[in-house]
Amino acid sequence: MTADMLSQDLSLLIPELLLAGGAMALLMLGVFMKGEGANKLVQWLAVVLLAGAGLASLFLVTGEGQAFDGGFIFDGLARFSKVAIGVVAAIALLLAMPYLKAEKLGKIEYSVLMTLAVTGMFMMVSANDLISMYMGIELQSLSLYVLAAFNRDSLRASEAGLKYFVLGALSSGLLLYGSSLVYGFAGATGFNEIAIAVQSGPSVGLTFGLVFVICGLAFKVSAAPFHMWTPDVYEGAPTPVTAFFATAPKMAAIVLLARVLIEPFGGMVEQWRDVIWIVAVLSMGIGAFGALTQTNIKRLMAYSSISNMGYALVAIASASQTGLWALLVYMILYMIGVIGSFGAILSMRTREGMVEQISDLAGIAQRNPGLGWSITALMFSIGGLPFMVGFFGKFFVVFAAVQEGMLILAVLAVLFSVVGAAYYLRVVKTVWFDEGEVEFVPAAVSVYWVTRLAGLATVLLLPVIGWLVFRAYSVGLATL
Amino acid sequence: MLATLAFWAFSGVAIASAFMVVIARNPVRSVLFLILAFFSAAGLFVLLGAEFLAMLLIVVYVGAVAVLFLFVVMMLDIDFAELKQGFLSYLPLGGAFALVLAALLAMTVATWQASDQAQSLRAAAMPDGMSNIEALGTVIYDQYVYFFQAAGLVLLVAMIGAIVLTLRHKDGVKRQSVTAQVGRDRKEAIEMLDIKPGQGIGE
Repeated sequence: MTADMLSQDLSLLIPELLLAGGAMALLMLGVFMKGEGANKLVQWLAVVLLAGAGLASLFLVTGEGQAFDGGFIFDGLARFSKVAIGVVAAIALLLAMPYLKAEKLGKIEYSVLMTLAVTGMFMMVSANDLISMYMGIELQSLSLYVLAAFNRDSLRASEAGLKYFVLGALSSGLLLYGSSLVYGFAGATGFNEIAIAVQSGPSVGLTFGLVFVICGLAFKVSAAPFHMWTPDVYEGAPTPVTAFFATAPKMAAIVLLARVLIEPFGGMVEQWRDVIWIVAVLSMGIGAFGALTQTNIKRLMAYSSISNMGYALVAIASASQTGLWALLVYMILYMIGVIGSFGAILSMRTREGMVEQISDLAGIAQRNPGLGWSITALMFSIGGLPFMVGFFGKFFVVFAAVQEGMLILAVLAVLFSVVGAAYYLRVVKTVWFDEGEVEFVPAAVSVYWVTRLAGLATVLLLPVIGWLVFRAYSVGLATL
Repeated sequence: MLATLAFWAFSGVAIASAFMVVIARNPVRSVLFLILAFFSAAGLFVLLGAEFLAMLLIVVYVGAVAVLFLFVVMMLDIDFAELKQGFLSYLPLGGAFALVLAALLAMTVATWQASDQAQSLRAAAMPDGMSNIEALGTVIYDQYVYFFQAAGLVLLVAMIGAIVLTLRHKDGVKRQSVTAQVGRDRKEAIEMLDIKPGQGIGE
């Protein structure tokens, strides 16, 4: 590799280089500066770094293409996801700051680990080789395991971290085993080579390997048969960590799954579509029914994320251009709803400390109308109730499925969405009509604004989404 | 012929010793079986023509990692017999699942069929006329430099994680401060007292 080629390759890698170099610089800064001021400085720099890396992939990376012998790819999909992941991670860190300060968890490693996790996510969405895929996943997951157990004096957080770690290791094993079978078939690990090898016709071994890879990735997006860790980890981990878990890593993993299925294994769509079909239906079902009996709002969000991943998988199952668009739009709307909801959950602080029961929200709309309205809008949006933006996200996904002739899947998606609406409405009912006197202390500035702005976004983004759906609809009609 | 025989011997021993690692009652024996498994894997590497990796496996895994395991197992006072108590009660169900999975895998292997160009692609990674070490160097530090650096980041995360989760700063620990020691002058070190005869310095 000559210097010319290297600099050309590195120009595609600017966001990753920024993040990795920045994380190490922040680590050094944190080691050599002492005191509360250092932590605050590192946190703010990390916020700038995360958002900056997202924007860098929008503005600084001019070219598109592959680097390092096809190990890394930068295309429109990667660009879009990196912007979304960078920005949402920065917001998640903003949400975390007041919490960490109040719970005395303010250590510089939080910001550093988050930055490294986001580096891993950037690598995941740009993976074009089984090895870079695995490296990205490991970098991301290892940071997340530590973040889950970050509150090491809490038994529940340690348990969450350990549970996540053990099950994550198992899923990595499945993924690697599948990768070895795929390598055995194709003779190479690069997605380009695999795509060519797949053309030569399916074989049992290859399908076996692909199913193992799907299992490993389904674990990372917490899709249904691999969802068991989600409620416990979401409940046990510190709330801002949960807010992070529910957004950026999900985006990275689902984009990676879409890329793996559509690019190298695009020729095997008949083989994997059924697998994704089953996983999607199970996720939507378990997410919808599992949430009905929850009393803890973090567990409720866990089941909500399981079912939402089911809808994202519906979009992947359609395996079309419209489906990919639906996936990206859906994930963006989902992340807006979830980050806002976690802002609301982080506002649930009484004088004694954080509370996280749904019943603690009783009647909050009367005492704190702003929070009440925000929660209402956000819950409607995540639940896909008309007419918040989330509804159009779900509509888009179902439309993509119908377009590909998957009517049963589309009908099931709508039915589960109706079941799911019940528990979102239950939260809204608690917020407006129940009697309660739990008094929250005023929320921190960042938490306040994230909640309100996300709540507003569920309404204000309507024209944009409407236009997008209309465009896709007319394009889709033309191809029907 | 001999190579085939050696392959079956090494892989058979590797699988058997891996199984023994899991079921051995005495943890020290588990570690010893682990070492045996590493040795057989090294033998397999030699058969593949990857001598350097074989030596590395023995030096790094047997020489360092397994010996470290041995130390840890001997030093820690863990009742492994108690830890393994659940093992037997889960054995029937777990064993049944394992059998089904093994049968499925056997079916896959029996009908195994690689793509047409797999053999040539697999061989393309190894440049001709180079020694093992040279070939590894060109692959890891050139073609795979991105993966290599990513692996470095993963290790960095592991290090930060270990520190975050286990390091506790103790208060009240006195540490040596060389600058303070060297910077001490006569004024702080010595106090002049005027003591009258027969009085002592009191207190």
